[in-house]
Amino acid sequence: MNQKQNAANQSSLNEWPLWEVFVRSKSGLDHKHCGSLHAADPQMAIQLARDVYTRRLEGCSVWVVRSDQIVASDPADKGMYFDPMEDKVYRHPTFYKLPAEVDHM
Amino acid sequence: MSTPSIQIEQAPSVQYLLRLGDTALILGQRLGEWCGHAPVLEEDIALSNIALDLIGQSRALLTLVGQLGGQGLHEDQLAFLRDERDYRNATIVELPNGDFAATVLRNAMMATWFRLMWERLRESSDSELAAIAGKALKEARYHQHHSADWVVRLGDGTDESARRMRAALDTLWRYSAELFESDAVDSAAAANGLGPRWGALREPWHAEMRELLDEAKLPVPADSAFRSTGKTGVHSEHMGYILSDMQYLQRAYPGGAW
Repeated sequence: MNQKQNAANQSSLNEWPLWEVFVRSKSGLDHKHCGSLHAADPQMAIQLARDVYTRRLEGCSVWVVRSDQIVASDPADKGMYFDPMEDKVYRHPTFYKLPAEVDHM
Repeated sequence: MSTPSIQIEQAPSVQYLLRLGDTALILGQRLGEWCGHAPVLEEDIALSNIALDLIGQSRALLTLVGQLGGQGLHEDQLAFLRDERDYRNATIVELPNGDFAATVLRNAMMATWFRLMWERLRESSDSELAAIAGKALKEARYHQHHSADWVVRLGDGTDESARRMRAALDTLWRYSAELFESDAVDSAAAANGLGPRWGALREPWHAEMRELLDEAKLPVPADSAFRSTGKTGVHSEHMGYILSDMQYLQRAYPGGAW
């Protein structure tokens, strides 16, 4: 193993895993992703999430998820995944006439 | 130093509140020294949050002292313009931070003490003090939770972290005795319902700390005959230095605000 690899292994050994933080701002609303942090375990991650991301009364509930547990789409697939939806306006429910009594639908 | 010091009243109720307010003030100031220096960014923010909570509690208490004293003193005057002997904090909070182990151990000891104190102060005959206690209790619960976690992690961690926790215990434990000594100031406060005698916290505090230290696989130190005396105004050699840091601005720029 060369020195550079050695150093890389050393730093991943010494570094706490990364966690993604989700904060619910009010009861009834959904949790929103607001950032990430390093922590040694779930308990520490929740506490530090509270300290780092809810200092200004941002939330009433916090979720943390290990970043390496999140499965993400590949940015390289963006074209094939998402662009085909551009011209499919019929997938939006905008072709219905709503009765006037139904406000704010 | 261009601004003269203020004198404070010696009435027991004023002394009782100053002991609480100054203990929160000086611990907050000490913890503030970690800002930018904690082991990781996240913990840096957590420690600063605790420091700011403590300074907030001290502001509320010193404001109350200013009203009670009848001298119309502002919280800033009380926080920054007293002489060393007029600060009534327990000595343990003025000791230098030491390493991270000593910092979290002191936080755990003090947060446990404050939590027990605030629980009782909710029943104070002074409605304003009772209201301050109601708010501060929630903060102290979190401080206790957060610092107790660290005590267990480090005490039951590696050989090095356990060694540092034991060293911190050796240094700090003897200063806890002062937190449970009762005197005339306490008796007056207990008599008129302002708050409990500090001695009333001894048993519950020791029970909680024993449980924590057991979980952290750390030895509970034996009692010693040593008694610190900060709450009567007689401080350690460290107090003058922290006060000169704190007071410089108000002394050089009287009434300075932002």
